[in-house]
Amino acid sequence: MTSAKTLTWAERRHKWSATLSPFGFISPYFLIFGAFGLFPLLYTAVVSLQDRNLLDADGATFIGLGNYEQLLFHDPYFWNAMGNTVSLWLLTTIPQILFALGVAHLLNRRLRGRTLFRMGMILPNITSVAAVTIIFAQLFGRDFGLVNWVLSWFGAGRIDWQAGTASSHTAIAAMVVWRWTGYHALIFLASMQAIPTSMYEAATLDGAKGWQQFWRITVPLLRPQIIFSTVIATTGNMRLLAEPLLFNPGTAAATGGSDRQFQTAALYLYEQGFTKYDFGYSSAIALVLAVVTMLVAGLSYLVTRRIQTD
Amino acid sequence: MTTVLTPVTPERIPGRARRLVRRATSPWTYAALIAILAGSAFPVYWSLVVSSQTTEAVGSVPPVLVPGGHLFENIARVFDETDFALALGNSLIVSGTITVSVVLFSTLAGFAFAKLRFRGRTALLLVVIATQAIPTELGVVPLYMMMADLGWAGQLQAVIVPGLVTAFGVFYMRQYFERALPLELLEAGRMDGCGPLRLFWHVALPTARPAAAVLGLFTFMQAWNDFFWPLVVLVPENPTVQTALSTLASGYTTDYTLVLTAATIGTIPVLVVFLLFGRHIVGGIMQGALKG
Repeated sequence: MTSAKTLTWAERRHKWSATLSPFGFISPYFLIFGAFGLFPLLYTAVVSLQDRNLLDADGATFIGLGNYEQLLFHDPYFWNAMGNTVSLWLLTTIPQILFALGVAHLLNRRLRGRTLFRMGMILPNITSVAAVTIIFAQLFGRDFGLVNWVLSWFGAGRIDWQAGTASSHTAIAAMVVWRWTGYHALIFLASMQAIPTSMYEAATLDGAKGWQQFWRITVPLLRPQIIFSTVIATTGNMRLLAEPLLFNPGTAAATGGSDRQFQTAALYLYEQGFTKYDFGYSSAIALVLAVVTMLVAGLSYLVTRRIQTD
Repeated sequence: MTTVLTPVTPERIPGRARRLVRRATSPWTYAALIAILAGSAFPVYWSLVVSSQTTEAVGSVPPVLVPGGHLFENIARVFDETDFALALGNSLIVSGTITVSVVLFSTLAGFAFAKLRFRGRTALLLVVIATQAIPTELGVVPLYMMMADLGWAGQLQAVIVPGLVTAFGVFYMRQYFERALPLELLEAGRMDGCGPLRLFWHVALPTARPAAAVLGLFTFMQAWNDFFWPLVVLVPENPTVQTALSTLASGYTTDYTLVLTAATIGTIPVLVVFLLFGRHIVGGIMQGALKG
């Protein structure tokens, strides 16, 4: 009698294939992500401790925290870029969330053509950042820009949008807000539709008007989505690069304007890394920016968490 | 670009039945929405206006606000005076390859995570979810060094290879399989003697088609619109559409008609995809969140 435990070749092959094939299925992801996603990320920390310039044939020398010391204590351009980053973060994130709440509120009615409206809201988001920025740079042009032409009806003089700090930040913030408001509005809309009608009916009986209902019922119940959107918007807006780079293309592109008036930290990283090929310094900027972004994201989380719920 | 999206569920989103019905929608709501719609569409419309005008008309005050008759002339100029045909071809290769690969590998891995048992499954899935949160821009310097070492700098594979997989895709497909593929169906397949690969091919893949289509849509749009990494690793002589636009815009005297015509041409593929599948895109965002 043959033992039941003896497997034929075909059975054994079948068993092996059942055990190993899941690993085969997931390995493309882990191999490619490990090599081209995770490894570069971790290696940034190593490069940031080196004096490493592509144009310097000697290669890399270990300099410890030298890049960080230079960056944090002797580099006014870095602090200027950080200041611009935080300014743009405020000018983009807050309007984005508030406008999105308003748009979602409008969309949350019985509407004819609601698919058309929803698609229209998300249209800015599907267009490329390069095309959008080039179009906006033209709209915000000093001499022939449409924005200045419209402002001239109200007696405003010609604004040189690129030249000033406040004006350039406003223009860049306009593009970012334009591009992302609809996206956040759709997220809010999805949750608004899950709010039971009975809550509004009860509020109406208690005498609460539309505006009160919006602030006392809708917004508090949307808290999880508002937190999500704010954190996502923060991490995105803290690393703005394409918008300031393409806002004033040409010789002043990587410096974010002639006086660095709209150079963000991410753009400074790009300038150091890929116009000066100072890889060590650029990596140090990347890590500091990552830490600051995490702090700011944590801060926005704490702030949005305070939205009142009853 | 990071992507955050909670996955599609096979059930439909709550539709009309749960919409809140309070009072008739006032004309003011429509007026406000139409104004917002106009604002949303305006920059895209404007870029079409400029691309159909002569360069002189663009510099006029008051500005011309309606399309003119020079669109095809300007399109011809874009292809005659710049390398835009090469950029379009490159973008098609890059986005096409990335889309096929992301969909294939995400479906494979998503299926394994959802329906196959293996050691370390939970821990590995957690790794996938955690890597979604990492902004890959951070590793851009070492990644560039790797590409230079491989001799790929300036070549398309430097853009393609890092994009071949996304954590988002794996997670998205995993969530879909988790709900949409009944275990009985897999058991039936096993009884018929299917090995894992045949189960995947004949049972899982047909089930996955709707989710794979949405994932493909999003992946294509993101790859087509990607700007930063191609800008870093490619050279102006071998551009994608997006890096070609930045080169065109940074000439000493910017020919806005030419640049915006190119921008319009470069937006058309995404716009076509959007017009065809817009409601699925909206649905995908509303069921979670997608960021590109």
